[in-house]
Order: sequence, then C-alpha cells, then structure tokens
Amino acid sequence: MFGVETLGPTAQAVALVGMVLVEAAVLYVGYGALTRLVGPHVDRFIRGQ
Amino acid sequence: MEFLGVSLALLGMFAGFGLLIGILFGFFGMGGSFLVTPALLVMGYPSRVAVGSGLAFVFGTSVIATLKHRDLGQVDYKLGVSMIIGTTLGIEVGKEIVLHLEELGLAGNIISVTYVVLLGGIGLFVTYESLKGGGGVSHDVEDADESHDVPALAQRLQSYAIPPMLTLRGGVQVSLWLVLAVAFATGLLSGFLGVGGGFIRMPALFYLIGVPVPIAVGTDLFEIVFSGGIGSFLYAQSGGVDLSIVAPLLAGSAFGARLGSAATSLVDEEGIKVYFGLMLLGGAVAVAVRQVGDAVGMPVLDTVSFVMIIGSALLVSGAVVVSAIGAMREEGREPAATSQAD
Repeated sequence: MFGVETLGPTAQAVALVGMVLVEAAVLYVGYGALTRLVGPHVDRFIRGQ
Repeated sequence: MEFLGVSLALLGMFAGFGLLIGILFGFFGMGGSFLVTPALLVMGYPSRVAVGSGLAFVFGTSVIATLKHRDLGQVDYKLGVSMIIGTTLGIEVGKEIVLHLEELGLAGNIISVTYVVLLGGIGLFVTYESLKGGGGVSHDVEDADESHDVPALAQRLQSYAIPPMLTLRGGVQVSLWLVLAVAFATGLLSGFLGVGGGFIRMPALFYLIGVPVPIAVGTDLFEIVFSGGIGSFLYAQSGGVDLSIVAPLLAGSAFGARLGSAATSLVDEEGIKVYFGLMLLGGAVAVAVRQVGDAVGMPVLDTVSFVMIIGSALLVSGAVVVSAIGAMREEGREPAATSQAD
C-alpha cells in the first residue's frame, strides 16, 4: 500500500507513522476550514433561523 | 469496488465507527480507543493488527487533540519527558507479551479477558459515580485552576524522597522512580491493549504523584502523542499497523470529535455520563460474548458481539447528538418566544 511494502521494517514503520501524522494534520486543517465555512449555516438551520 | 486494498463498504464502516468514537472522545474527553481494539478483535483481525492499529488510531487522535489544546499550554514538559522513558519501556514489554502470546496462540483470549475486566471495572465505576452524582476526576481543563489539594496518598508518596528527585511545576518534589513506575505501568497497558492509557495515567498523575488536574490533563495528552507514536512504530515494525483500518477510522473520528466537543457547551455531561458507563459495560459484555462463542463454537455470537459494540457506541453518541440538537432547537425557539412576549 502506497509502495511502503518495498521498504525495510524500520523504514516501513517510520513511513506508516509519518502517514498517520500527516493525515492527522490534514484532517485538523481541513475539518477546521470546513467547520468555519459550513458550521454557521448548519447552526442556523438546526435552530430554525 | 476497492480502495487501499479493501472494499469501500468496509472503509465506510470504519469511517462511520470512527465518527461514533470521535463524538464520544470529543464529548467526554476520554475513552476514544476503548472500543476500537475489541471491535477489530471481534472482526477477526490478528491480535498484533488489532492492538497496533488501535495504537496508531490513538496516536492520530491525540495529535489532533493536542493541536486543539496547544493554546491551553498546561503541560509539565519535564514530567512528560521523564515519563517517556518509562512509557517506552512499558510499551516494549507490552508488545513483547502480545507477540509471545500470539506465538502460543493465546493472545486473542488473554487480551479479550483483560478487556472484559478493565472495561467492566471502569464501566461499573463510571456508572456508580454518575448515579451517585459527581465524583471522579474532571477532564475539563478550562474549568479547573492550578490551585488544588494534594490527595493524601500523593502526599505520602511524595514524602518517600528516594533520589534522584524531580521538581514539578508548582514546586512539588517527587522521586523520579515513582514517575517512572507510573509511566511504565501505563505504557504496559498501552502496549498490551492498544489504548492511549489516559484513563489510568490522568488519575495516576493526580492521585499518586499529586500533579494538579489541569496539568495532569495536558501532560497526559502530551504523553499519549508519544506513547501512541512509539507504540505504532514498534507494532508497525512487526507488520501490526494496517493503514486501511487507521485512515478511515481517523477521518471519521476527527470529524466526530468536532461534533462531540461542540456538544459540550450545549449538553450537561453528568446527565449522559451514566450511558457512557453503561456503554463500557456493554463493551465488556460484548467481548465476553465473543469469547463464549469461540469456546462453544458458535460463530453467530461473533456477530452478536460486534452488533453490541457498534450498538452501544451508536446509542451513547446518538444520545449526545440528539440532546445537542434538542438544546439548539430550544435555544432557537427562545428568542422568538421572547420577542412575542415583548
């Protein structure tokens, strides 16, 4: 998966942990932006305003 | 149709499960990983993959939580760094135990039994405390201040001045050996069960070492980043981290955590905490049911167990979301009612 199988065990482990770290950072930024953009609309919709 | 080597339906199911877990973590501030490893074990994943992927999920979740909490800055870095040594050792020992038990063909059974005892014990405690009203240690950093009464047990342990001594924030002095022992014990739990260990480490920092609650929460979070990261690395070396499990779980959970933490300002936690305790008890019963199914050769009990784990997470996270939406609608109606009265 993502070509990490060709790496040695330690390099593969570093790559996998790195990918989880990058995904976490991307999700933090991405969902943060999404919340700012869509959040107020959803809030108003639920409150029926 | 496949992506990352697995079906889209399975990826969607992991993302959905992650969403439920994220709502619970965001709302209660703890317990995000309790159900992940048991669910993976019930689904038939090998022990090392269930524990290793659980740890990688904990790592990703704690990175996001730390990014959110970084402005609060209530971390005792000296304590945190000192604990990393004990934590790493504990995780390594926990992992070796899992790999050894796997060779003997006993890993799944022993991990499951440990989960039943741990989930059941904590579930009973949380249910009892919430029915009794209050108690326990609050995870709410914003509501706490640094002035606190040091628990009697921590005062007694602080009095054993076995060198080298460590000076913590607030001038508290404790033996480095005590810090290492707490870190080792929680690291062992992380390495053996694939959990962050925060539900043990946070109370241990407060009750045993005497660290003020807000600093215990911040330092615990800092520790989970390291214990999750180190644990993932150690398991990934043995092929125990499956990205097709971790990536969708994390994607769902990061979104759920935002919903859960937004709900905290709308819903009273104490009213729902009893369901959280019952959910943990449900998780313990589910793992026990699966073990019984394996013992008597009834595969249908695996399905029952899986439905119980997902169902209990769905029930409690659903209660959080429904209560939050109800509170928002109520707030939305109030201005209209006020303007009519005027």
